[in-house]
Amino acid sequence: MADSAAEMSGVDAAATDAPLLIVGASMAGLRTAEGARRAGYTGPITFLGAEAHAPYNRPPLSKELLQTEGQGHADVAFPIRSALEEGVTWVLGRSAVSLDTARKVVVDDVGDEHPYSALVIATGLRPKPLPIDDHGLGGIHVLRTLDDAVALREVLRPGANVVILGSGFVGCEIAATAAKNGATVSVVTQSRVPLLRAVGPLLGAELRRRHEEHGVRFFTGESLFGLVGDPSVERVILTSGVMLECDVLVVAVGSDPNTEWLGSSGLDVSDGVLVDGGLRAVGVDGVVRPDVFAVGDVARYPNPLFDDVARRVEHWNLPTETGKRAGQLIAAHYAGDDCETLASAGFAPLPSFWSDQYDAHLLAFGMTYLADRSELVAGSPDDECVVEFYRGDSLVGVCGIGMRSAVQAYRTRFAAPAAAV
Amino acid sequence: MIKIDVDMDKCQHYGQCVFEAPEVFQLNADDKLEYQAEAPDEMLADLEAAADVCPMQAILITKA
Repeated sequence: MADSAAEMSGVDAAATDAPLLIVGASMAGLRTAEGARRAGYTGPITFLGAEAHAPYNRPPLSKELLQTEGQGHADVAFPIRSALEEGVTWVLGRSAVSLDTARKVVVDDVGDEHPYSALVIATGLRPKPLPIDDHGLGGIHVLRTLDDAVALREVLRPGANVVILGSGFVGCEIAATAAKNGATVSVVTQSRVPLLRAVGPLLGAELRRRHEEHGVRFFTGESLFGLVGDPSVERVILTSGVMLECDVLVVAVGSDPNTEWLGSSGLDVSDGVLVDGGLRAVGVDGVVRPDVFAVGDVARYPNPLFDDVARRVEHWNLPTETGKRAGQLIAAHYAGDDCETLASAGFAPLPSFWSDQYDAHLLAFGMTYLADRSELVAGSPDDECVVEFYRGDSLVGVCGIGMRSAVQAYRTRFAAPAAAV
Repeated sequence: MIKIDVDMDKCQHYGQCVFEAPEVFQLNADDKLEYQAEAPDEMLADLEAAADVCPMQAILITKA
């Protein structure tokens, strides 16, 4: 009976000793493991992580940790809860290089094989590289990992000429931190205003004003044309011909999903890992893989709160939401329960983001960047305010500076699906 | 009992915890966080969820 249950649920009987393998020792991976335990999975769990560190929280990397000498992993590490104190193996400092779903094996960068009974893909993102040739120059930084942040902190000295390419969350938060540290900060962006896609033109212009109040200069509608220096960058030349002194160049022009290792896996990785409403990976053949899950920034899924388009959404609360959801399905899969019904219920997390820049504390819900218009509905941008975001007649997002209770009150207004599910 | 500690140096009063465990966390009339320092064991899942969603990771939940 046990054997037939295992076959029915798709678990390879020969591999039942193999663990739940979570590739990516990240927040999403951690929340998935906790979720699976909470939903009743008691078997072994192995984390395979490219970084040397146990899971930690990334948002402080562009803020507190970036400006506080001596802060390190202990200041940002997630506590490991009692449910994960036993039966968990951590393999850190190893990257996955390939996945064989037929043999149920992941191979790492030293050639070791990691068998699994079910697999969680939580490999996240990496920063896009400098869009022009760096000629091997020093002084060029990105910010994604703890090690990136520590390296950047070393060079964000008072008086340093810091040029930040990109005006998204990472670029803007580094600009604010560097300006507070006494650096001379320039932001170079193709956009008209910072954070345009996430917060719209009104709040973007207000954030620019606040940055400029702290001495940050903006070069909008611009990109990099060239670099000058040897062996380290000394100046950057913009496409308009403007030349800026530059001791530190930070590249913050977005991220790419870490899916190269899945190239021969048969999974749909055209933009992150396509998953269904149960966070189960979908193959290029359109068939769901019942024992392969993807969570966090690397997962691409439709959200019935908004529409049926599968998207990757990079906001901080979604690794936790996807992990909890995947954990339920994983436990059901091991228990031989009906995963189809569970998955067909759909996955409708409410995206949320926040950002701290100087004394501006932004909080948002929804998918603001789906909007075609935004509207100030309360307060004043130069103080505290609430802005609503609409796609056609549908409210798709809300963002506030301050005014917490007013912004929180919107949470329930996204509950009605835009279309029948 | 479960003990709840919020590092008020870290807390930025985003109020995300309020949604997960309103019995323990509230925003007051000035939009500042107020919370109870203890809660019964059966609230563990809700309290862990509240700690998970805190943007500042300022909430520590321990079983007393």
